[in-house]
Amino acid sequence: MSRALAGWLVACYAFLYAPIGFLIVFSFNDGRMVTVWSGASMRWYVALAHDQALIDATLLSLRIAAVSATLAALVGTLAGYALARFGRFRGRGALEAALAAPLVLPEVITGLSMLLLFVVLEQLVGWPAGRGATTVTLAHASVSVAYVTMVVRARLAGSFTTLEEAAMDLYAPPWQAFAFITLPLMVPALAAGWLLSFTLSMDDVVVASFTSGPGASTLPMVVFSATRLGVTPEIYALATVIVTVVAAGLCALSLVRRHAA
Amino acid sequence: MRAGRTFVLAVPWAWLLLFLAAPLAIVTLIAVAEPADGVPPYRLTWTLDNLRLVATDPLYRNALGLSLKVAAVSTLACLLAGYPMALAIARAPARWRETLLLAVMLPFWTGFLMRINAWIGLLRDDGWINTLLAWLGIGRLPLLYTDAAMYVGIVYTYLPFLVLPLYARLSRLDPELEHAAADLGAPPWRVFLRIILPLSLPGVWAGCALVFIPAVGEYVIPELLGGPQAQLVGRVLWGEFFQNRDWPTAASVAVLLLVVLLAVPALLVRALRR
Repeated sequence: MSRALAGWLVACYAFLYAPIGFLIVFSFNDGRMVTVWSGASMRWYVALAHDQALIDATLLSLRIAAVSATLAALVGTLAGYALARFGRFRGRGALEAALAAPLVLPEVITGLSMLLLFVVLEQLVGWPAGRGATTVTLAHASVSVAYVTMVVRARLAGSFTTLEEAAMDLYAPPWQAFAFITLPLMVPALAAGWLLSFTLSMDDVVVASFTSGPGASTLPMVVFSATRLGVTPEIYALATVIVTVVAAGLCALSLVRRHAA
Repeated sequence: MRAGRTFVLAVPWAWLLLFLAAPLAIVTLIAVAEPADGVPPYRLTWTLDNLRLVATDPLYRNALGLSLKVAAVSTLACLLAGYPMALAIARAPARWRETLLLAVMLPFWTGFLMRINAWIGLLRDDGWINTLLAWLGIGRLPLLYTDAAMYVGIVYTYLPFLVLPLYARLSRLDPELEHAAADLGAPPWRVFLRIILPLSLPGVWAGCALVFIPAVGEYVIPELLGGPQAQLVGRVLWGEFFQNRDWPTAASVAVLLLVVLLAVPALLVRALRR
């Protein structure tokens, strides 16, 4: 690697990480400002721990993210399996295109179209009644299915077919070959897809704003409206907590992997 | 066997019909409906007035033009920054590669709004960047709520989306090809232009699409970092829906944006074939 390339790499990582470093430092600032340092303190972490609206929004977001990721994993597994294993079948091209569509649909269009769907469904069949956690969950799941499908399909494409064939040669019916051979082999892809879906849901403000209703504000929605009113170190404290949790999770994961290897 | 196969296919199909085809059909239906007072605020009819207004009125046309420009400039900036980055990671010693790649993805997990919040703090008139500029003798500049701030936000957010597919492509190139070209006397810049760049183009297109498409419809970044003049199409759609409560016009903006997004790749392919 040439010196110029290495230098550029360092500059890019500095660009990516400088704002995060800034967040962490100023979350410990004593003053109200996020620009002037006025001494170290934990007061914004204390404020965070007493901010009931923010805590409720976090719990709601965690619930929505977990349920929507699970829903997306169920549907995405079937779709990814079909695309990786069924060879040519009628409507394959259409299915592939439709599954990829949410990846390239702008968020505002996804949000608006999902909201209109829920409004029309409520008028026609009375479900889902009103907008709230349920509608946000369904909207997030509808986007995430595309990601799970992509990951599952990539994992299955061209691998493990010999194992499945061996199972079938030994008279396992197709569902048993799937349940005892394919499914366990898919677990890493499923975990990756689930985690990706969970993250997307935790991070989304646009689709949630369209599809949510009164009394069901997700964490990004609360942070977004707080940001419009002005940035406070409390949000930085929240960001630092998230960074810590993510970093701890990654460390645990790499320890587990090293242990397993 | 057949029943199982039918079930495996039926679930995704049913899901896509309900959560992709139906919503898009309903958006089109509302785009040709009439705005009305009431809940929900439209009356189903067959009128092209909303679509005609959105396609001809300068407010919407300028918003769309500005969005395409901002997305194109941001994509180019991401490409200029991200290409050498992806190349450097692909050329790094094998034991560092996984860590370097993880470091590209890591900011993604810290929360998008959190990072935008950090940029607001950094770009403010009394923020650190301005303090640095003043210290360097350049003097303080208005940064926050300008186009520059918006571009920084978009490039910052979407850079990883360009680097990852590009890295995937670059890491799979056969180094023997470069050695062969170099042995035959090609200088490094020529090896890059004739060997590396052409072979990496699929990764370039994939990465550019992953930046360009979300950037066209971007709402949060222009809203929080750009000034009031940064009326991108996502912001206009949002305003029609949430502030004006004009659902048919919002749906018409969505239809227009969708048509343009479908047309751009088709036009690009035609232009490249020529």
